[in-house]
Amino acid sequence: MSFVTATNIFQSYGRRPILERVNLSVEEGEFVSIVGASGCGKSTFLRLLLAQETPTRGEIRIDGAEPAREPGLDRGVVFQRYSVFPHLSVLENVVAGESFRRPWGRFIGAEKRAARDRAMQVLARCGLEHMAAAYPAALSGGMQQRLAIGQALAAKPRILLLDEPFGALDPGTRLQMHDFLMDLRAETGMTVFMVTHDLEEGFKLGDRVLVFDKPRWDLTDPDIIGATITYDFDARDGGIPFQTIKEDTHVFRPN
Amino acid sequence: MRLINRHPGIVLRAALVALPFVALFIAYALGSQARLAVNPSDKLMPAPSKIAETAVRLLTEPDRRSEKILFWYDTWASLVRLTLGVGISAVLAVILGLLIGLLPYVRATLAGFVAVVSMIPPLAVLPILFIVFGLGELSKVVLIIVGILPFLIRDLSARVLEIPREMIVKAETLGASSWVIALRVALPQLMPRLIQAVRLSLGPAWLFLIAAEAIASEQGLGYRIFLVRRFLAMDVILTYVIWITLLAFVMDMILRGISRRFFPWTEASL
Repeated sequence: MSFVTATNIFQSYGRRPILERVNLSVEEGEFVSIVGASGCGKSTFLRLLLAQETPTRGEIRIDGAEPAREPGLDRGVVFQRYSVFPHLSVLENVVAGESFRRPWGRFIGAEKRAARDRAMQVLARCGLEHMAAAYPAALSGGMQQRLAIGQALAAKPRILLLDEPFGALDPGTRLQMHDFLMDLRAETGMTVFMVTHDLEEGFKLGDRVLVFDKPRWDLTDPDIIGATITYDFDARDGGIPFQTIKEDTHVFRPN
Repeated sequence: MRLINRHPGIVLRAALVALPFVALFIAYALGSQARLAVNPSDKLMPAPSKIAETAVRLLTEPDRRSEKILFWYDTWASLVRLTLGVGISAVLAVILGLLIGLLPYVRATLAGFVAVVSMIPPLAVLPILFIVFGLGELSKVVLIIVGILPFLIRDLSARVLEIPREMIVKAETLGASSWVIALRVALPQLMPRLIQAVRLSLGPAWLFLIAAEAIASEQGLGYRIFLVRRFLAMDVILTYVIWITLLAFVMDMILRGISRRFFPWTEASL
């Protein structure tokens, strides 16, 4: 039984179909990259996974549970922007990952101290220990995204959804973030879905790369057909999953 | 160099800040001098020295009949009304702004209603307020509330709607209930905007306060101004006007200070 299943998903806004016949099953611990042209429905699919929207037809289940109707604790998310709370300090942002589920949204007393200690460990893991007391506005873009990921993981979600998380970062920072994310994933074994418009990034990080596109192209009315998964690549071992090249081939292969 | 890129130095800047005030003072002094030269008993533009004299008398000498220094008595009465009116409006506006901004059901119910109510000219309903709430303190406070509450609600609910959807969704994925989202995500981000909105509504609040005091009152800054108008006591009126301006300005400064002190995270990045 696979961990995340999407069965026969259709999504349309008004009369305009965005997604049609999307079927997907993902094993626990897989890293799935989702790529595609702008407006191909990859972000829509992520919103469906997040349960921010409910599909017109079909259903998405995590671990066989009933389809969710609104975002909840089992789904963690990091957006390109606005993923951290500007009015909370860096430390409080991570604590919020645990405390927001409480009736008053905060811890008190010994519980608070314990949560702060755990949050400091998360910050140490994200390399943000020295910024614990600062507000997110004082952080660089890469630091903010590291904080957002740390905050999402502090809530211990079942799946982690990333919507172009490194889209606004410069190339150097982006490479650092790749290393950070890969290390973190090796530690936690988290199931991750990442939407990106950067193919190389998708192949580098993902175990699978899903391509969203329109299967057919109606010349009279291009908008009449929604997008679906047109390719499902196995991206392990740099895209060559079932053969291991023993000898040094001197062929340039970007890792 | 283009004009848009030229900046005054510190000294010149201070001089430029003072310039319009000094210019206004000189213009008044010259006008007053000219009028007094023609008619020494002219009451319309008393000399600055006369105003200063009157101000000292008003601030220090008690009224012969009531044994009170009416100036401070008036100030206190007006400030109580203003603070109550603005304070109650602010609290109600935060609650309703959060409800309208966060809950689609409340938004559907109230947003249109508030938009229509905010179009009622508050002074037009002042007689109704006097009839319903009597001529006491209540009707004056209610006039301020009627005057600024719709604006505050509309402004604050719009600010809540401006909070990026991503941030709300993020809070949802952290398990936050609607209540926690309101309390820990929306409310803290609304507070600096509340202070901004209150700063903007202080002007109208003073307007409604003085209007209500002018029509029916026994004390208050607006009452006194309209009372001495009958005697053409321009020196008293001008003293009060300057005092009201100063009070409004100081309130604005205090609110700005609060905003800077308590919401450091609103400062621009780095």
